[in-house]
Amino acid sequence: MSTPEVAARELTYGEAVREAIAEEMRRDPRVFLIGEDVAEAGHPFKVLTGLVQEFGTKRIIDTPISEPGYAGIGVGAAMTGMRPIVDVMFGDFITLAMDQIVNQAAKVHYMSGGKLKVPIVFRTTLGATRRSAAQHSQSLHAWVSHIPGLKVALPSGPYEAKGLMKTAIRDDSPVVIFEDKMMYRTKGPVPAEDYTIPFGVAEVKRAGTDITIVATSSMVGVALGAAKLLEEIGIGAEVIDPRTTYPLDKQAMIDSAKKTSRALVVDEGYERYGVTAEIASAIAEGAFYHLDAPVKRIGAMDVPVPFSPVLEDLTVPSERTVFETAKALCRKA
Amino acid sequence: MTTRAIEPRMELEANLHMYRQMAKIRAFDEQVNELYKSAKMPGLAHLYIGEEAVAVGVCEALRRDDLITSTHRGHGHCLAKGAAVNRMFAELLGKEPGYCRGKGGSMHIADPETGNLGANAIVGGSAGIATGAALSAKMRGTDQVAVCFFGDGALGQGLLYEVMNMAALWRLPVIYLCENNLYGEYTPCGETIAGDILARPRALGVHAESVDGQDVQAVHATMRRLVERARRGEGPAFLECKTYRYYGHHVGDVNREYRTREEEREWMSKHDPLETLASRLTTQGLADAGVFERILTDVKAEIDGGVQFALAAPYPEPNEVDQDVYA
Ligand SMILES: Cc1ncc(C[n+]2csc(CCOP(=O)(O)OP(=O)(O)O)c2C)c(N)n1
Ligand SMILES: [Mg+2]
Repeated sequence: MSTPEVAARELTYGEAVREAIAEEMRRDPRVFLIGEDVAEAGHPFKVLTGLVQEFGTKRIIDTPISEPGYAGIGVGAAMTGMRPIVDVMFGDFITLAMDQIVNQAAKVHYMSGGKLKVPIVFRTTLGATRRSAAQHSQSLHAWVSHIPGLKVALPSGPYEAKGLMKTAIRDDSPVVIFEDKMMYRTKGPVPAEDYTIPFGVAEVKRAGTDITIVATSSMVGVALGAAKLLEEIGIGAEVIDPRTTYPLDKQAMIDSAKKTSRALVVDEGYERYGVTAEIASAIAEGAFYHLDAPVKRIGAMDVPVPFSPVLEDLTVPSERTVFETAKALCRKA
Repeated sequence: MTTRAIEPRMELEANLHMYRQMAKIRAFDEQVNELYKSAKMPGLAHLYIGEEAVAVGVCEALRRDDLITSTHRGHGHCLAKGAAVNRMFAELLGKEPGYCRGKGGSMHIADPETGNLGANAIVGGSAGIATGAALSAKMRGTDQVAVCFFGDGALGQGLLYEVMNMAALWRLPVIYLCENNLYGEYTPCGETIAGDILARPRALGVHAESVDGQDVQAVHATMRRLVERARRGEGPAFLECKTYRYYGHHVGDVNREYRTREEEREWMSKHDPLETLASRLTTQGLADAGVFERILTDVKAEIDGGVQFALAAPYPEPNEVDQDVYA
C-alpha cells in the first residue's frame, strides 16, 4: 500500500523566521525580543506580526531609535539569565551597535575566563537591489565573521531561516544572523515540527562533478540558477551552502573541490577582504593538489551601493556572471 | 522717510515668497507620491507634506552660504535651501542629471552650491556632520551658521548628545532643529521619549526653545533670532518645531494603523501651514485669494516641467558605477 503524497507545508522566509521565534519563546520563558517597531508595528518588514499579541509588550519590546543602547541592554540581560533576540532593522545599522557586539558581547565569555555567558542573538538583514541606496543595502556579515567570539548564520531560504534561528536562540554564545531582506516573501517547504540546523555544517544543495560553487545566503539561489545554465552546456556544478560563516565547514567544501577540481565562491558582501576570500583560501589550501584551476571568487562590487537601478544591478553577482565565470574556469568557450 | 511705506510691502513679498516655497514643496511631494503609485520611481520616499513651514521658516532665515544637513524626510529641506525641482526629480528617478548623478536617490540629496551638505538615511546620522561644519566655519573664520535637521526619533541617538556637549563647550554656531512630528516610523514619540525634550539640551548649556512648526512666520522669526545669536558667537541652540506629517512614514505606508483619522483631520483642517499663512494675510487685508491661486498655478507649472525633464532624462552610463568612490 502506497502512502498518499502529502504536499509539503510552505511558508515564506519571513513567516519561517516568525515561527522560529514564536516556538522558541513558547519553549523558553527567558527568550525575549527587543528592537525598533517590533511590537505593534510587527517590524517594518512585517516579519514579527502577531508576536506582541501572543507574548505581550514585556517580551516583545519596542525601543527608541537607540541601537547601541538596546544592544547593550541585550548583552547585560543575556549575562544575567535572559536570552534576548536583539533586532537591528537593517544590516547597515549594526555599525551603530558595533561596540556592544564586538567589544562587549563577543569578549565577555573569554575575558571572564569562561565564567560569564552571553546567550544573545542579533538578528539583522543583508541584501541589495531594493533601491534603498548606500546606507540601507549593505551585506556586512564579513565584519562580524572576523570577530572571535561571534557566530554568524546566513539562512538561504525559508527552511534555513527557521532552523538556523532556532539553533541561534539555543546557542550559549552570541550569534549574529543575517536575513536576506529580498527573500522575505519567498516561499518554500518548512516543517511544522520542531527542528534545528546545526552550525558549522554545510549543505550540498545540488550535486555535480565538474565544478564546486560555494554560495551563501542570497547567492545560493543565484548559484542554483547558474548551475541550470551550466547543465545546458554540459557542465555539472555542485552547489554548496555553508549556512554559517563561523563556524565554517571547511571540510565539506574542500572535499567537494577535491572531487570536482574547480571551485568558485559567491557571496553578496563586498568582494574585498570578504567572506569569499576566507572560503577561497580554505579551499586552495585544503584541495591544492587536486585543483585544475585557481579558485575564483565573486562578491559585490567594491562600491557604496548606488541608488539608480541601472547601476545597482551591476554591483550584485548575477546568474549570468556566475555562469560565465564558471564556464571560463571549466575552459569552455 | 520712505522706509515706512516700503517695509510692509517687503514683508508681504517675503511672506508670499514663503508661501510659494511651501506650495512648491507640497506640490513636489504630491508628485513624488504619484510617481511611486504609478511605479515610475524606484524604491520608497518619505514625504514632507504637512511640515513645509519648518523647512521654509528655517531656510528663509539663512544665507545661501549657511549650511544645512538633512534627513531621510529631506525633500523639503533641499527645496527650501534652493535646490531646483528638475534635478531633484531626476535624482529620485536615478537619472544622470540628478543632484547626485542618480547615485544617492531620495534619501541622499546633497547640493553644496546651496549649502546643503546632504540628506542622511541614518537617523541622527548628520548630527556630527553639522557640528563639524560649525567647527569648521569657526576655524575658517567665516560667520556661517550650520543647521542640523532631525526628527523626534533622533532624540534616541547618543551621538546627538555627544556633539551638543562639544558645541556648547566650544560655542559653535550650530542650530539643532528638531522636527517633532509625534511619530518615529510607526511608534508615537510618547513611547520613546522620557522627560522633557528641552531639558536635554538645556542640561548641556544649549539654549533651547519650542515653536509652532505649522506657523511659518513664527518659525522664521524664532530662527532669525537664533541665527543672529549663533553668528555673533553666542553658541549653539536647539529649536523644537511641533509639526505633523500628513502621509504615512513613507509612500508605502498607506494604512497608518498607529494613529487615528480624526487626529489627521484635526491637524490638516486646523494647523495647515499653507492655510494658516494664507488666511492670516487675507484677514489682514494684505492679499486676496487670487494671489495664492496664481502662486499655486505657477508652482504647478514648475513641478510639471520638472517631472517631464526627469522622466525624459537619461540614466547614468554603466561605467559610472565605480566612479567617485574616492576623491
Ligand atoms: C540609525 C537608524 N535606525 C533606524 C532607522 C530606521 N528608520 C528610518 S526613519 C525612522 C524613524 C525616524 O523618526 P523621526 O526621526 O521622528 O523622523 P520622521 O520620520 O518622523 O520624520 C527609523 C526608525 C534608521 N534609518 N537609522
Ligand atoms: Mg518623527
